Amino acid sequence: QSDRLLIKGGRIINDDHSFYADIYLEDGLIKQIGENLIVPGGVKTIEANGRMVIPGGIDVNTYLQKPYHGMTAVDDFYQGTKAALAGGTTMIIDHVLPEPGSSLLTSFEKWHEAADTKSCCDYSLHVDITSWYDGIREELEILVQDKGVNSFQVYMAYKDLYQMSDSQLYEAFTFLKSLGAVILVHAENGDLIAQEQKRILEMGITGPEGHALSRPEELEAEAVFRAITIASRINCPVYITKVMSKSAADIIALARKKGPLVFGEPITASLGTDGTHYWSKNWAKAAAFVTSPPLSPDPTTPDHLNSLLACGDLQVTGSGHCPYSTAQKAIGKDNFTMIPEGVNGIEERMTVVWDKAVATGKMDESQFVAVTSTNAAKIFNLYPRKGRIAVGSDADVVIWDPDKVKTITAKSHKSAVEYNIFEGMECHGAPLVVISQGKIVFEDGNLHVNKGMGRFIPRKPFPEYLYQRIKIRNKVGGLQGVSRGMYDGPVYEIPATPKYATPAPSTKSSPAKNQPPPIRNLHQSNFSLSGAQIDDNNPRRTGHRIVAPPGGRSNITSLG
Amino acid sequence: SDQLLIKGGKIVNDDQSFYADIYVEDGLIKQIGENLVVPGGAKTVDACGQLVMPGGIDVHTRLQAPAMGMSPADGFCQGTKAALAGGTTMIIDHVCLPAGNTLPAAYEEFFWRGAADGQVCCDYALHVDIPRWHESLREELEALVKDKGVNSFLVFMAYKDRLQCSDAQMYEIFCILRDLGAIAQVHAENGDIIEEEQKRLLELGITGPEGHVLSRPEEVEAEAVYRAITIARQANCPLYVTKIMSRGAADVLAHAKRKGKASFCISIVLWLDFHWHLGISSPLPHGVPGGLSRHRVPALTLCRALPSGDLQVAGSAHCTFSTAQKAVGKDNFTLIPEGTNGIEERMAVIWEKCVVPGKMDENDFVAVTSTNAAKIFNCYPRKGRVAVGADADLVVWNPKATKTISAKTHNLTVEYNIFEGTECHGVPTVVISQGRVVLEDGNLAVTPGSGRFVPRKTFPDFVYKRIKARNR
Repeated sequence: QSDRLLIKGGRIINDDHSFYADIYLEDGLIKQIGENLIVPGGVKTIEANGRMVIPGGIDVNTYLQKPYHGMTAVDDFYQGTKAALAGGTTMIIDHVLPEPGSSLLTSFEKWHEAADTKSCCDYSLHVDITSWYDGIREELEILVQDKGVNSFQVYMAYKDLYQMSDSQLYEAFTFLKSLGAVILVHAENGDLIAQEQKRILEMGITGPEGHALSRPEELEAEAVFRAITIASRINCPVYITKVMSKSAADIIALARKKGPLVFGEPITASLGTDGTHYWSKNWAKAAAFVTSPPLSPDPTTPDHLNSLLACGDLQVTGSGHCPYSTAQKAIGKDNFTMIPEGVNGIEERMTVVWDKAVATGKMDESQFVAVTSTNAAKIFNLYPRKGRIAVGSDADVVIWDPDKVKTITAKSHKSAVEYNIFEGMECHGAPLVVISQGKIVFEDGNLHVNKGMGRFIPRKPFPEYLYQRIKIRNKVGGLQGVSRGMYDGPVYEIPATPKYATPAPSTKSSPAKNQPPPIRNLHQSNFSLSGAQIDDNNPRRTGHRIVAPPGGRSNITSLG
Repeated sequence: SDQLLIKGGKIVNDDQSFYADIYVEDGLIKQIGENLVVPGGAKTVDACGQLVMPGGIDVHTRLQAPAMGMSPADGFCQGTKAALAGGTTMIIDHVCLPAGNTLPAAYEEFFWRGAADGQVCCDYALHVDIPRWHESLREELEALVKDKGVNSFLVFMAYKDRLQCSDAQMYEIFCILRDLGAIAQVHAENGDIIEEEQKRLLELGITGPEGHVLSRPEEVEAEAVYRAITIARQANCPLYVTKIMSRGAADVLAHAKRKGKASFCISIVLWLDFHWHLGISSPLPHGVPGGLSRHRVPALTLCRALPSGDLQVAGSAHCTFSTAQKAVGKDNFTLIPEGTNGIEERMAVIWEKCVVPGKMDENDFVAVTSTNAAKIFNCYPRKGRVAVGADADLVVWNPKATKTISAKTHNLTVEYNIFEGTECHGVPTVVISQGRVVLEDGNLAVTPGSGRFVPRKTFPDFVYKRIKARNR
């Protein structure tokens, strides 16, 4: 009975165009779109009265089970997805955050199980790569092939914890590209942050303002620039999570004009508020804003990010939802580096984007659908099942009222946290009815959900939206050597005991690669009973003469 | 012959030009003006209306930097001889120290090899390269700054596992240098990426010199420049980026400068003209530090950036290896010793590429080839200006003469000149170093060992005035 629904008289908004039509939903799918639909009798009908009908929102960045010193954020999958649905978001992609050194697969199973039993809306999972260990390649392959995970996050911050070096990033990017995955990057320069934290603590600044002071936006912009450089060398797409500052956003916008495939994701907090609150006299309030990268203290930031979102330089909105209670945040009351990081935003995301971007005339309704839902579905390979109102798509639909005015406050929000960083913000635009999997889950301000009704949505690798271009670029951008005659002139003899010995570049650090050794290895035996020799497959290099003085003293430093 | 009168020349400084005579005595400029009263017997050089400019300062040479146990083909003697022939009367050479020695000790050894062995023909100063961060670095640097007259140090972001510094180390080093009032220079290329790219290219079977360029694309340079600026800004330390080789990197610098970050970005432009095709068509392996950009466009952009003041100094990074030496890497481009010539050609090439097409005037030319360098490295106004009391390092420049650069005629020992065949309109006719004529009528008369070490003080005003104001 309740599986059949007819939405009458709505204006359907997709990311490309909008039109008036009725929608008939059955078995969790959109069955018919058009006028004067022939539907079975007894179907429940919702009168949209000319209001907008949009695809349900997709929140691409949540941390509903982020562990921190043995505790987890106050909103678990149940509480968090309830809040999501109340805000018009019908799907989330949550981050699996393994402890460094522990197996990705095990952590993934843990998250999968928790979400399966608790989540109220459809969900999918990103896996964060917190360390690059032996055997990780096999696990990544399993995750991609069998487990339906196609996106992985790497960290350039959190020194000595999650941070990866540039070489590791290069290796990780190369491997993830070969799997056809989406590479997410947390971009901040961890080395410099560690230095700044030390300096600021030494200066006696221990409050939440230290968090902002130790992570200035230049460090974010620098890391974004570096991530893009590495990705463009490898010719792989790269996705920057949590774009929080103007300079980082500008770097992305600039890079996109030059060609690399870069995507940027501002979050609710960076679109709706700014970092001036870190200087609030109220410790609990200031601490509630702590997240990384931090909100920019520049109050013009939200406006700028909304503009870039409107013109397509930034593509996706997330929330980074990971709220901790004031008591949990207070672990860091004497040291800002200990404050658990995370802000709310899962419920407010759609409303904030509408209020800041659509109600101000920066973007139209279709672009609103694109940045809150469609682009995310395309990038993460869920399209057109999600992110579009079309026959055959999932029946995740929101009836949106652009005129409704609502004041955000901790008193009425669905999250369990005591503090809302958007407290007191008056927002235009809110969901009237939210339909998830063909069922009405939110109506007249009331939620009708069951714990665990959300399904895991597996995602396939090689999303067309990203990899079509990559494949062509691979073909046209191949590297080629120059064919030239053999050089047969004189070759300088490297003295056997150089006064200034500098080791040959980089061969030491990559013993596994079969790079031609710079000089034949004298430690390998020439003698073998069978006659075959260990370096037979290496081309004999006539150019070199080894001058080894009798009795030893060889240049071991420059051997392979 | 210690007294010298230069008559009828047009004196060109970085701010203005005027016609006057110059009287030189004891290696210093004693009088400037018309109708000078000079002692009898002073030698007279008739400039005939040609330009009289302060001698060039080449801020970046590596005349004795060893690579894989090989010394460059041109040592101090040959290198400074070539410098004088090209109109450069002072060089600042990089001291590249072997590992395992403290910096001051290694510096001493280096110093004696150059100066005491009587090799250097023109005045010189030294930069010291910081091979890696270690505990006692602060004390060692302090000793060099206080006692040795070194005020500039180079850190590397490339050459992984050898010279490369991590971001945290760079931050520490920048803080030390800022406290000492020294100039922090960086070699900006992302060593991690380069190493991975080198591995990949060798696996693809690309072993020739083109692999050198392919493995060091310009983004990698631009990225490192951006990162260096960010770190320097955090440390509030002035920054000097050596060897800007690509448009991307120059753009990053110019951009940072406009944002006000950059009062501390000072940079070297190298090779204003070079083509990738040289590397391809010639059978000779060229290894160059940093990939020379593969298009001709960047050279043009760099030429434009110099006059607009976005880039301030032009160096040569002269470090030559003979073809036989380069051939060590004939089967593996990563082994080709890096370095190109340029010490002799620097002034003429900049004149040809920037002044002849009208991008720059003669005063700008003096600024980028000499005055800016003197200011940044704190030897102004002793060097870099034609003024009473300044050192008598002068060049009489004939903008009408023409010369074709060729390995046959250059004053170097290497067989190959990367500027081979470039026709330059603008040639030094007379070069005066320490008040003595060293080049006249095409004859070079140098005295090895006559070059003096020029110690430099810390906290150059040109750089640190702004930093001090910002600290307040």
